Amino acid sequence: MARVLGTSIKRREDPALITGRGKYTDDLQAAGMAHAAIVRSPYAHARIRGIDTSAAEALPGVLAVLTARDVAAAGIPGVVPVGWLLPDLKTPAHPMIAADTVRHVGDAVAVVVAEDRYLARDAAERVAVDYEPLDAVADVVAALEDGAPAVHEEAPGNVAFDWEIGDSESVDAAFASAANTVELDLRNNRLIPHAIEPRAVLASFDSSTGEMTIHMTSQNPHVHRLLMTLASLGMPEHKVRIVAPEVGGGFGSKIHHYADEAIVGLCSMKLDRPVKWAATRTETNLTDAHGRDHSTHCALALDADGRITGLRVDTAAAMGAYLSTFAPAVPTYLYGTLMSGQYDIPAIHCHVTGVFTHTAPVDAYRGAGRPEATYVVERLMHLAGEATGLGPVEVRRRNFVPADAFPYQTQVALAYDSGNYGPAMDRALEMIGYDDLRTEQASRRGNGGGKLIGIGFSSYIEACGLAPSAVVGSLGAQAGQWESADVRVHPTASVTVYTGSSSHGQGHETTFSQIVADKLGIAPEAVEVIHGDTDLVQFGMGTYGSRSAAVGGSAIVKSVEKIIEKGKKIAAHLLEASAEDLEFEDGSFRVAGSPDRALALGDVALQAYLAHNYPDDLEPGLSATSFYDPANFTYPFGTHVCVVEVDTETGSIDLLRYAAVDDVGNVINPMIVDGQLHGGLAQGIGQALWENAVYDDSGQLVSGSLMDYAVPKIHNLIPFELDRTTTPCPHNPLGVKGVGEAGAIASPAAVVNAVVDALAPFGISHIDMPLTPEKVWRAVNG
Amino acid sequence: MTVSIQLEVNGKPVQATVEPRRLLVHFLREDLGLTGANIGCETSLCGACTVLVDGDAVKSCTMLAAQADGASVTTIEGLARNGDLHPLQEGFWEKHGLQCGYCTPGMILSANYLLAQNPSPSDEEIREGLKGNICRCTGYHNIVEAVKYAAERMS
Repeated sequence: MARVLGTSIKRREDPALITGRGKYTDDLQAAGMAHAAIVRSPYAHARIRGIDTSAAEALPGVLAVLTARDVAAAGIPGVVPVGWLLPDLKTPAHPMIAADTVRHVGDAVAVVVAEDRYLARDAAERVAVDYEPLDAVADVVAALEDGAPAVHEEAPGNVAFDWEIGDSESVDAAFASAANTVELDLRNNRLIPHAIEPRAVLASFDSSTGEMTIHMTSQNPHVHRLLMTLASLGMPEHKVRIVAPEVGGGFGSKIHHYADEAIVGLCSMKLDRPVKWAATRTETNLTDAHGRDHSTHCALALDADGRITGLRVDTAAAMGAYLSTFAPAVPTYLYGTLMSGQYDIPAIHCHVTGVFTHTAPVDAYRGAGRPEATYVVERLMHLAGEATGLGPVEVRRRNFVPADAFPYQTQVALAYDSGNYGPAMDRALEMIGYDDLRTEQASRRGNGGGKLIGIGFSSYIEACGLAPSAVVGSLGAQAGQWESADVRVHPTASVTVYTGSSSHGQGHETTFSQIVADKLGIAPEAVEVIHGDTDLVQFGMGTYGSRSAAVGGSAIVKSVEKIIEKGKKIAAHLLEASAEDLEFEDGSFRVAGSPDRALALGDVALQAYLAHNYPDDLEPGLSATSFYDPANFTYPFGTHVCVVEVDTETGSIDLLRYAAVDDVGNVINPMIVDGQLHGGLAQGIGQALWENAVYDDSGQLVSGSLMDYAVPKIHNLIPFELDRTTTPCPHNPLGVKGVGEAGAIASPAAVVNAVVDALAPFGISHIDMPLTPEKVWRAVNG
Repeated sequence: MTVSIQLEVNGKPVQATVEPRRLLVHFLREDLGLTGANIGCETSLCGACTVLVDGDAVKSCTMLAAQADGASVTTIEGLARNGDLHPLQEGFWEKHGLQCGYCTPGMILSANYLLAQNPSPSDEEIREGLKGNICRCTGYHNIVEAVKYAAERMS
């Protein structure tokens, strides 16, 4: 049978999606369904003096108007919890509906339920809230200043946490004896995820059974059920079913548990009928957890040979008004631990202050901490190339962790299991035609024209598949980081896989079917993949952090291995051989050395269910469940090169080339892997050039719609040039590492380094993202 | 207050009574059950709700159902003929032009309009022609390939 691993099989997900038959949450209708509209604070910070719901309630067709008073009267926990605790973390309560104080524009203050979507909106506008506006602070640096308005009384100075990793004394010593140092003050711009499907929920409570079914836009239905039942609605976990139907992108934003979904659940409980809510774009932009938003000072020390001797990083990271689900982990354990990049750095210290601001919460967004770390390290490496005269390529090469040094223990906790950084750089240089580009750059500079070209590098490391559970638990996670897989072989030898990895565009059904088909020697079409339903899948951690193939896929392999072991016992009985003598290959159980004594998987599967001619000590059936808890993270890496043309007269930037060489380990479906890289690149390039979530000084989100927030469009981008090196992950059975975030992690630094490289003749060493024409023009023109 | 409308949707006559303020996208999705057109921004910027109205690509989130009175509307559900996928649908499948699929119906219908105007567009013309549709998943690389695939098939 032809190999199916490593093959670009077309996606089985697509026929429904290209014909309009795929059902997203807002496509669903339920008998007796009502519609909710949520009333939100127009102020970033205000006291609620009172709420008058009478005009809304008087509107015919309005079924209920609920406020914080109704949450309290329901006798439910009524809060939105944080799922990652750091030492001395301030954890002020996040009520589902604000009771006396609102803390960001978009904070929920009431909900209206009506017979019709339009009517619900009409009624929401009639809810009169009497606010006493208070001073607000939206900027992460301003929030730390003396006298800044306090977001929470429990958090003096707006500090949520104060965290560090590494050894500051050895870093001080490195700087004291450095031959060269470079330093940088940078902002990592706040981003809005913009999954193209806004968040939505359809909650259906049935008082006759006490059961609630919630269809919602979720990357991890079981995690949502746990948080929803435990902290918000106070329902028994087994009485709640959460289903993620088709989900229109997530990028992290649909990991988190939000107030709105719980509010709609409460509405359904109160009314005993299905209630649907679908966010408008502006609503989802006001309430989805945003990404990034760091202010950082960083510095690198080097010796006379251009070898790095020390790295110092100090970051203020915005948390927003409340701590979102995994928020405290993002700028700490997913950021500080990545500071060694691809380099052998003997001394590192990273200090992070988590800061409350009167804004939407900040949490994991594609890359989650790792793009921010890569940006710090790779911007400094660019400066180091300039300061040492080695240039961007040689300074990196000189400091790469050598290929023979793995496993490599960094100074910031992570132990890289594998890597081989030089070949990815070599290939990237070859693809881009590096020497010719430098020649053209020099000639353009010599001609004195206004259009300069620049070449930027980013040699990134990524840590995917957060693991193992015991370690992340010791770091504060309130969740395990394993994944489950229940693989059932049917009597006719077709297979159904129940996976805890819930897809939202990644093509899990296709990829996972390839894994099973390969291991069992059957056609991918004979494998069904079920995900995204807490009633069908017993428990799962979901899809985020580029974990699905490495953790979810490995769980599937473990189950298939158990099935093969059991199948050998059944086949041995039927073939009157010893199970130890049996081999399984290409879908057949064979007696070693006797190729004619063989049984197909189907023969064994049928007998497993008939159990007529069967080993005495074996249970019937042919299925297996595994909970796979990885031994370590996986560590994809690569080198990206961006080439830009900068018009110094207008400040505009044209992308000319983008080459990416990524090492994501073994590849299951190259087409899907390339697609993941393309999408990540678009988001990372978007961050570098266009995207920016802007709050004004009063805490109004100025870029709340697609009118003002520049998501990359098709004419902004160029074709991407991709290639791979392959260094398999040594500790999981597939040798895969994860690819979902690589593009977003690597590309911001590559783009900014390219622009700064172009502008070197002007003595420009840094411009903060996004690199708008105005900023570039101002930098060029002093 | 309501208004009566008569139109053709995917080749079939439709008569309905709607509120004057009812958006075409809600009429199609909720009244006719044609949920292929999606709502991504309600400001005409993302293009997920794009349908064809008398052959023109139109963002149905900013058109009233009442304005479609007398018109012929094609949604993604009406694109395949006799069970055969349209070349654009084939192209998006073949070239991995979609991931989450939410923007795809609108993207395909905008591409359909583009190819009706320009049957063999260059890469640049494809990128220019589809700039009213946002995809957050694919980085657009394979969308260009998908449209080229369809253009070749249709020529």
